[in-house]
Amino acid sequence: MKKWIIALSAMMACATASAQQIAIVGGTVHTMGPMGSVENGAVLIRDGSIQSVVNADAVPEGYEVIDAAGKVVTPGLFGASTSLGLVEVGMSAGTVDSSVVFGETQTAPVSNVGAALDVQYGINPDSTLIPVSRVEGVTSAATGIGRGEYLFSGQGAVITLSGGADSVLKPKAFMHVDVSNNISERHGGSRAALWVMLNEVLGEAKAAPARLGPTSEWHGITTRADAAALKAVVAGNMPLLVTADRASDIRLVIDLKKRNPQMNVVLVNAVEGWRVANELAAANIPVILDPENNLPGSFDQLGATLANAGRLHKAGVAVSIGMDTHNIRLATQHAGNAVANGLPWEAGLAAVTINPARIYGVADQVGSLESGKRADIVVWSGDPLEVTSHAEHVFINGEHMGTESRQHKLRDRYKNLASDVPMTHVRP
Amino acid sequence: MKTSTPTKALALSLVSIALLAGCGGGEETSKTQKPKFEIDKDPYPSTYQPVPGEPTVITNVTILDGIGGQIDNGSVYFENGKIVAVGADIDVPDNATVVDGQGKWVTPGIIDTHSHLGVYPSPSTRSHSDGNEATKPVTAEVSAEHAVWPHDPGFQRALAGGITAMQILPGSANLFGGRSVTLKNVPDRTMQDMKFPGAPYGIKMACGENPKRVYGGKGGPSTRMGNVAGYRQAWSDAQDYKRKWEQYYADYEAGKDPKVPKRDLKLETLMGVLDGEIIVHMHCYRADEMTVMMDVMKEFDYQIGSFHHAIESYKIADKLAENNVCSSMWADWWGFKMEAYDSIKENIPMVHNAGACAVVHSDSDLGIQRLNQEAAKAWADGKRVGIDISQADAWQWLSANPAKSLGVFEQTGSLESGKHADIVLWSGNPFSTYTQAERVYIDGGLVYDRANPESWPVSDFELGQVGEGDAK
Repeated sequence: MKKWIIALSAMMACATASAQQIAIVGGTVHTMGPMGSVENGAVLIRDGSIQSVVNADAVPEGYEVIDAAGKVVTPGLFGASTSLGLVEVGMSAGTVDSSVVFGETQTAPVSNVGAALDVQYGINPDSTLIPVSRVEGVTSAATGIGRGEYLFSGQGAVITLSGGADSVLKPKAFMHVDVSNNISERHGGSRAALWVMLNEVLGEAKAAPARLGPTSEWHGITTRADAAALKAVVAGNMPLLVTADRASDIRLVIDLKKRNPQMNVVLVNAVEGWRVANELAAANIPVILDPENNLPGSFDQLGATLANAGRLHKAGVAVSIGMDTHNIRLATQHAGNAVANGLPWEAGLAAVTINPARIYGVADQVGSLESGKRADIVVWSGDPLEVTSHAEHVFINGEHMGTESRQHKLRDRYKNLASDVPMTHVRP
Repeated sequence: MKTSTPTKALALSLVSIALLAGCGGGEETSKTQKPKFEIDKDPYPSTYQPVPGEPTVITNVTILDGIGGQIDNGSVYFENGKIVAVGADIDVPDNATVVDGQGKWVTPGIIDTHSHLGVYPSPSTRSHSDGNEATKPVTAEVSAEHAVWPHDPGFQRALAGGITAMQILPGSANLFGGRSVTLKNVPDRTMQDMKFPGAPYGIKMACGENPKRVYGGKGGPSTRMGNVAGYRQAWSDAQDYKRKWEQYYADYEAGKDPKVPKRDLKLETLMGVLDGEIIVHMHCYRADEMTVMMDVMKEFDYQIGSFHHAIESYKIADKLAENNVCSSMWADWWGFKMEAYDSIKENIPMVHNAGACAVVHSDSDLGIQRLNQEAAKAWADGKRVGIDISQADAWQWLSANPAKSLGVFEQTGSLESGKHADIVLWSGNPFSTYTQAERVYIDGGLVYDRANPESWPVSDFELGQVGEGDAK
């Protein structure tokens, strides 16, 4: 964490040199902060950070003006659950750091429950997915391992989609475990084995000494590296994301939190979350879900409904939306469909901005338009949750990002099929 | 409304087939001639019965007729399962039920050309996985209709999204995956109860990565070269098979008593394609592969109805138009495999703009619930780069074009007098995230009414389960 602060200060110092001042003027500004929404507002950006949100007629001299009249201005979108930067093409091709499989021959396992795995080393800011998502308004994301063979799928990170060398905003930002029907044979294929193991390893991490070096005595069933990673989880310094769908599984997650009140527990997927909405709210457990998940895909999803997000919110649960990687850009559509099925509009926008930022402990930097935060801002042609709207301007850390991705270049190359020269010579 | 015209027509044609089979050539030919053998082309006949409806007029609505027309503040009148009149000012009998559609929109029901409901149903257990006969690369002999589980809750979910008909396809593991079946979205006891009367069969074919991935370690094909060799050999075998039957019929007509060729169910399906009776639906992503397939099509003289997924159709939209091949597409899926890497969001409008047939499809039990939003995204993305297509024209992607590519446009796919009353009343403009299907009529019967939870259909699987009858 200290290293990170140093890196940030270095970056800020760098940005100060250019002293850039930008004002996004005239739109309806949804700050997602205490100011709420401001009609005909202006967002003032200075040196990469948000200076303030004011009325459009209160913009001081000396600002480069971006006209947002008639537009909608929001914080950049936060991808709540992705593998961005870790995968190029998932199936039979390309880079895939989003799944971890050790062969049988692994001799000196550094990890035997997966907790020590750390995605920060796999993040590639040049991934094609970054600009494809960014031009649609996604400016930061939680990214982690999607598939693995272990109890835990390791430590995820929060990244910015600037595409820059400093893309990792927060390494070791969360730990993930799946307690739903997807239990692997490695864990006996049964909750009867999985929960005992989970309780055991969390318990031993709690009991482990603060510093666990190679010469320390250690008799746990996990490796030292696993125990060290889980130490942050049991202390509440690293959120534990738990995937569960069935109401009874979710109750176990709530119990886990009750037994370990210091732990920062987040529920993921939560297809039957609405059935235990009040208990989740009382336990202060936020939820990341796909609101369109309304089919009983398995026997632990029988209560699936489009009303899930709305019912959870109504009970007081903070809902985050955005579970995808290549198409995390569709988070706004997913949120819109949650709104169409009972989630208030403001909660829909919060679900793709400030709520996930809070889950990952980065709400002091991103997720809302408030003074001092990173200037990650999107100007939309209209309501961002409406499928016919699009992002017109995207700012990351105050920088006006390009509006082009590889996909746009392909489109423009093939605009005119009656080309006189081979298409490879057409450079849009 | 107990027997619709198509059902009658089908019954008649079955009677004539029976007559032919029973007395064929009995009168003038030699007494030694055995009865002529005819292949029964409809051995699993539809038993679909429309839900009874009443004469209904929906008034004060914005109408997209599905063939490019928009009528503001119009009315649609239907009775006996058929559309009678559509317009700004129409005559309506006094006894008609009036639905005031103030502020709402009416469109033809959405038709999905690419669904696996029933063959890959929910819950997606291994026991339910009946979509791919992935045991050998050519399985043209199998039929999706023999595996459709009508209790898949996905049918009801799709209904709430305005889906009135859909093609159920086998999966894409095989070069030839088997026959498809087109269903009315009125799930009942059996597949036959849903089967769209008179709809032709389709056949699923697949290009590219899937067959080579599945069979690469199982005797091949392991390359795209192997894929194409596989299609070509199969078509060649089908030509040979067709010649055998033609010889049989010619000999029979000549008064001989030829031996009936042994039926080969695989080649029989392919012969159906060569005879123009079965429509080819081909999973194909890349432009270069689609172009090769259009050459194979000419080499063996058949027609491809639609490429499916068709991620790169925008690169060859002119060739697709020239060859009269539809593209069934997603709005924005991409990157999950290499052949989906060059996806662009303007694929659908660019195909449309080149004069080729564009279809919005789902291939998803979730996507099928909001195909109107898929069309809306594609429409907006086109508009943004200057491809100005009206919403009325864009609706062709959802009903008329899919109906054409499934061979049922005579019956449905547009709001025209005499066609099936397959109609959706939307809460507002369906090119919006927030708009929902309020009422869905199939053959004039009200099969979904959002305002009346008591009337919502519930599948056998969901009876007595958590959330039975809940808003889904």
